[in-house]
Amino acid sequence: MKILVCIKQVPDMESKFKVNAQNNWFDENDLAYRINEYDEYAIEQAVQLKEQLSDVDITVLSVGPNRVKEALKKALAMGCDRAIHIEDEESYIKDSSQIASLIADFSKDKEFDIIFTGMQSQDRGSAQVGVIISELLNIACVSTIADFEYNDSITVKRELEGGLKSIIKVDTPVVLTCQLGLNTPRYPTLPNIMKAKKKELLTIDSLELSSTDSLNETLNFYYPEKSGACLILEGDTSELADKLITILKEKTSVL
Amino acid sequence: MKLLLVGEYRENKLLDVTYDLIGFADKLESEKVMVAIGYESDVPKFDGKLYLADANELGEYNPSTHKQLILDVIEKENPDLIVFIHSSFGWDLAPRVATSLKATQLTEVVEYKDNSFIVPSCNSKLRRELKSKTSKTVITIQAGAFTPLYDSVGVPEIENISISTTSDINFVGYEKAEEKGLDLTKAEIIVTAGRGVGKKDNIPIIQALADKFGGELGASRPVADNEWVDQSHQVGTTGQTVSPKLYVACGVSGAIQHLAGMKKSEFIVAINTDKDAPISEVADILVVADVLQFVPILTNKLS
Repeated sequence: MKILVCIKQVPDMESKFKVNAQNNWFDENDLAYRINEYDEYAIEQAVQLKEQLSDVDITVLSVGPNRVKEALKKALAMGCDRAIHIEDEESYIKDSSQIASLIADFSKDKEFDIIFTGMQSQDRGSAQVGVIISELLNIACVSTIADFEYNDSITVKRELEGGLKSIIKVDTPVVLTCQLGLNTPRYPTLPNIMKAKKKELLTIDSLELSSTDSLNETLNFYYPEKSGACLILEGDTSELADKLITILKEKTSVL
Repeated sequence: MKLLLVGEYRENKLLDVTYDLIGFADKLESEKVMVAIGYESDVPKFDGKLYLADANELGEYNPSTHKQLILDVIEKENPDLIVFIHSSFGWDLAPRVATSLKATQLTEVVEYKDNSFIVPSCNSKLRRELKSKTSKTVITIQAGAFTPLYDSVGVPEIENISISTTSDINFVGYEKAEEKGLDLTKAEIIVTAGRGVGKKDNIPIIQALADKFGGELGASRPVADNEWVDQSHQVGTTGQTVSPKLYVACGVSGAIQHLAGMKKSEFIVAINTDKDAPISEVADILVVADVLQFVPILTNKLS
C-alpha cells in the first residue's frame, strides 16, 4: 500500500506575531516552527497502518521554503519512509487551491492508496487543501476523521458537532483529513532520528509542477481591536491574586 | 449581490445554524434563496425560495450527491455568493463545490464589508481581509458571527429537487457520545484546565482551585485529547456548553470551538501568559501570569 501524508510547517501559535511589511501575512522572522498539529495525527495514522500491515510505503510531503525540511525530517523520524519537499519560497501567499494543485500534480501518477492530511492548518485554518486534492484527483474524501480502522476496507468516524460522529466505510484511493485526538502522535526516538538521516529527502521546485492562478487576494492582515471589555491585570503574582479576589467579591456572588 | 444559502439538517431535523445563514442574507439585504437536503416536515421560516431535496432518499451525509445537487441549483439561480455554515457539513462540502466552479472559497468568515471578507488566522489571534478574484465565491461563515434571523415573516416557496448519482463513500450511521456522568451544564463554578497547564501531572493544581471554589473541573479539547482529564469534562463545540456564574480558564488560548462552549458564562476569568490570546475576547478579566505559579497562590489565598 502506498500512502502520502501532506504536512505543513507552522509557527508555534503562542508566538508574538508581527505583521509583515506587505500587510498580507506575518513576519516570518524570529518565529519557532513546528509541524501543524493536525498533521501530526496524519503522520501517526500512516505509521500505525504501516505497523499493522507488512507492505506499506509512506511518502511525506510538504510545500514551503527551505525551513520545512525540518518538519519533513521529524516526520521521517516518526516513521515515514521518504520525504518530498516542494520548494516554494512564496507558498505563504498561495491560496488553498494553488497548494492543492501542486500536491495533486505531484500525486497524479503515483497511485497513492491513501492520502492523509490534517483537517486544517493552525495558521490559515482554511480546511480546504485535503478536500481540493481529492476533487482534483477525482477520488473519494472523508474529512475530519476522529477514528480510523483498516480491515481489508477502511472504516472511519467523522466528527460532527455536539458529540456526534458519523461512521463511514470507504474504499481506496481516498483522501482522509485528520482531526485532533485521532490517535496519540509519537515522539521520535534518538535511534529513529539517526535512521531518518539516511532516508531519502527529495526537493522539487514548485515551478516544475503545474501551477494555477490565485483565486483570492489578501488585502490586509491585522490584530483585531480589543473590545476593551476585558480588564487586563499584570504585575506581581501575589498582588494579582489579591486583586482578583477583591474583584470576584465585588462583581460575582460566588465568594 | 445574489446569494445562495446552503441549509443544514441532521437526524430528521433542521439545524438551528441555518438561521445564521438567513441572518447573513438579511444583513446583506439579499433576496433569500436556499438549497437544503432535508425534510419537508421541518422547513426553515423565511420569506424566499427553498430548493429542497429529500434526505430520506439522498442521505444526510453524501458529499458527491450533495455537491452535484448544489451545483445544479447554482446553475439555475446563478448566485454570486454561495454561503455555507462553517461546520462539519459546510467545511466538507464548500471546497468541493468551489473546486467544481473554479471559484475561490473563503473559510470561516466572521465579517463582511465592502465586498471583502474577514477571516480568523493563527488560532483566531489575527484577522485576514480577503477579496475574491473569481466571479463566484463560496464562503463558510462562522457559527454565531452573524445574528441569526428566526422571526422573518412568511414561509418559503418550496421547489422539490432530486438527483440520481452514486456515492463513493458508504454512510453506515451515527454514533452518539456516551451519556456523560458529569453534567457541567448545572455547575455554578467551573475551573478549566487548558493546554497551558503543560502536562497531566499539573492537573491537581487546577483541581485544587476548583475544589476550593466548590466548583467543577473543566477541560479544553487538547487536555481531553491528551487524556490529562477525562473527556466528560470537556467544554466546547464537541464537549459541553456551559453557563456557570464563574468560569476560570487556566492556560486556555480560546479556540473558537472552546469559546462557543463557554462564552455565556456570567463572569469569565482567564489566566494566561499571552495577552493576545483570543480568550480575552470573551473574558471579563485576563490575569497575565503563569498558571502554575499563579493558581497555587490564588488557591492558598482563598483559604
